[in-house]
Amino acid sequence: MEAAITNAPTRPPFKRRANLFWRTVFARSYPRLIGLRREPSWMFFEIALPFLIACSYVFVYKAIGAPQEFIGFVVLGGAMSAFWLNMLWLMASQLYWEKQTGNLPLYIAAPNSMMAILLGMALGGLAATCVRAAVIVVAGSVLFGVTYSTANLLPALAVFLLTMVALYGLGMLFASVFLLFGREAWHTSNLLQEPVYLVSGFYFPIKSLPVWVAAVASLVPVTLGLDAMRQLLFAGGETIGFLPVSIEIALLAVLSVALLFASKWALDYLEMLARREGRITERRR
Amino acid sequence: MKEAMRSFKMATWLGWQIESNWTDPFLFGIYSIAKPVSAALILVVMYSIVAQGGPGHPLFPYMYVGNAFYIYVGAVLIGISWAIVADREEYGTLKYIAAAPLVMLWYLLGRGMARTIIGTISVIVTLAIGVLFLQVPIALPAVDWLLFAVAMALGLSSLMVMGLLLAGVSFLIARHAGFIGEAVAGALYLFTGAIFPLEVLPSLLQPIGYVLPVTYWLEAIRRALLGARGGPTFAAWSDAQVVGALAVSMLVWGAISVAYFRYAENRARARGLLDWQTQY
Repeated sequence: MEAAITNAPTRPPFKRRANLFWRTVFARSYPRLIGLRREPSWMFFEIALPFLIACSYVFVYKAIGAPQEFIGFVVLGGAMSAFWLNMLWLMASQLYWEKQTGNLPLYIAAPNSMMAILLGMALGGLAATCVRAAVIVVAGSVLFGVTYSTANLLPALAVFLLTMVALYGLGMLFASVFLLFGREAWHTSNLLQEPVYLVSGFYFPIKSLPVWVAAVASLVPVTLGLDAMRQLLFAGGETIGFLPVSIEIALLAVLSVALLFASKWALDYLEMLARREGRITERRR
Repeated sequence: MKEAMRSFKMATWLGWQIESNWTDPFLFGIYSIAKPVSAALILVVMYSIVAQGGPGHPLFPYMYVGNAFYIYVGAVLIGISWAIVADREEYGTLKYIAAAPLVMLWYLLGRGMARTIIGTISVIVTLAIGVLFLQVPIALPAVDWLLFAVAMALGLSSLMVMGLLLAGVSFLIARHAGFIGEAVAGALYLFTGAIFPLEVLPSLLQPIGYVLPVTYWLEAIRRALLGARGGPTFAAWSDAQVVGALAVSMLVWGAISVAYFRYAENRARARGLLDWQTQY
């Protein structure tokens, strides 16, 4: 018994684990960052074309004579849709894709944290997504004459960062859940595009929907984040808000913590399942 | 030609299996309609909160029908172009398909056909919701079925050849987060007058719509289903002129797309890109 305890693997010191964690984050984000330089076609397909989608909704509002602030709502919603898509396709579905291409067993067998791998994916993917979102906001604002209230710029930035933490926490949770779905993961990601655009109010104020729909949609961090940012960035924005900004910030903070804990638990469970059953990494599923 | 048809039929069956056999038919049905219906409802809500009269607004049927048939654009463009990336990187079979006695061009058209079938279900459901709940004025006895059939045949052929163009591009570029088919379909949403008349666009951008077959296809479909309620853009054009413009633009795009596809396929073979992995 004593021998067994003596021979049990000891946990490396915190400094070494932290070092490995951040090296893993860097290593997983590296191919995404370097890929941007090696495959410049992303600029056209990831920035120019999606910008035109947001423009379509702007012209719908113009065709029906909507007030100018609605154009601003579309521009901001279009920018946030870039982060939602990035989370869905480059995080939530990515472990499934890595399984298909044979990388997943290596991730699980290596002595690194899965959280670090997913964080690396998020940070690497964020570079392109931030450029895409910035282009939509800047070009959309210039072309369509959108004006913002600068008085609450810093709180709006804080809401944005909080939304990103919650959103990518959700992405980490989805990544492990989707992997358990097998082939359904791909279709689930597909299904979470337009329906979420609808219920989360990407192109109109969420307050326009029935309260119960808006309440359920608030489980998606972008719903509350977008609503709060619209209230903070547009003159008279508080009149279109679903909830007061302070409550939305508090809910986002709760969501961030809950989603990060849930994702950690789900990833640990997934890793345990992969080691015990050896089927998670099987490509046929 | 026999080999082409065999490739097409086999790929259609394969595409249908890939698209549909991941779940039970009930869930598959919900999946097939939730996405397009949500996209339509986004526009319905936008009209409801801004336009006077909501769905009663004169532009609403124009927008609704255009948006419903636009489902085909995404379905066909993604179906054909994504097949390259999926076969190359997810299934790793593109190199075997290239080596097999298949006609690659017809194989890809078959893969697109599976999505077209699913798209048809979505279009029918979306239109039914519009007619039953949103006062979209489509009366089946009043539909011009001949115009509808001709427009559909030419329109879907146009989408297929545009899909081939994107498949050619997909041969030569990496996998990106957004599907190239979806991105291009989104861009065409802006230029084809799908959800608003072309006149709303700045005059500099309007000519783009006139060289795209989708613009004429949607106009012909609206005329067939809504009668005189086609868009204001082509109000002075006769049905024959709209169909003629659709046919000519289809032929021009067809020639360009097939030529580019053959170039890209040869280039991908020469550069060894048929088993490229780009999962950054």
